[in-house]
Amino acid sequence: MFVEASLALILMMALTLWRAFKGPTVYDRILAVNSFGTLTVLLIAVFGFLTARPEFLDIALVYALINFIGTIAVCKYVTFAHLGGPLPGEWEDI
Amino acid sequence: MALALDIASWACLVIGTVFALIGAVGIVRLPDVYSRMHGAGMIDTLGAALILLGLILQSEHWLVAAKLVLIGVFLFFTSPTTTFALARAALNAGVKPLITAGKARGAAASDSTEGGGPSSS
Repeated sequence: MFVEASLALILMMALTLWRAFKGPTVYDRILAVNSFGTLTVLLIAVFGFLTARPEFLDIALVYALINFIGTIAVCKYVTFAHLGGPLPGEWEDI
Repeated sequence: MALALDIASWACLVIGTVFALIGAVGIVRLPDVYSRMHGAGMIDTLGAALILLGLILQSEHWLVAAKLVLIGVFLFFTSPTTTFALARAALNAGVKPLITAGKARGAAASDSTEGGGPSSS
């Protein structure tokens, strides 16, 4: 049953990747890549059980952290065009 | 007992996979970025939670189950944060939500320009 779950997760990753390639705006692409990362976390966890190696769960945990930080960083970069602290007057129009 | 655990784990994996598949199809099919966040939310909440619960029922050591619970808790906290930041960035950049309020459903579907996608109602 882990094989079927892995194949279904790979199919969903293909669907979200298609939206990431096609998305009209950059926000569609960010959303699709974020969902792709979540599905990757699930795929790594299921694959760890498939091969009976629970060490993969550590990789899944770190991947979840990287996915969150990366998505927030890309959102901030798209909005402000830099990754530093807020410049004077930058938050006034939000 | 082991058979009951296997059946419960199999059911959780199948139902979670179906939920995540519906979310992935929603990401492809829904018309604009704000409604596509709904599909991403289905993947992040029920899909991920049920798949992780199915894996917890299969785990033999308590540390494996603890790591799976940790992954689930982390996804539950980060998914709304990410969606909120993304929606605020999109609204701030001027992406308009697709609104067809006040129109009949058939009229909204006929003048939709999304190329076969379902119209928002």
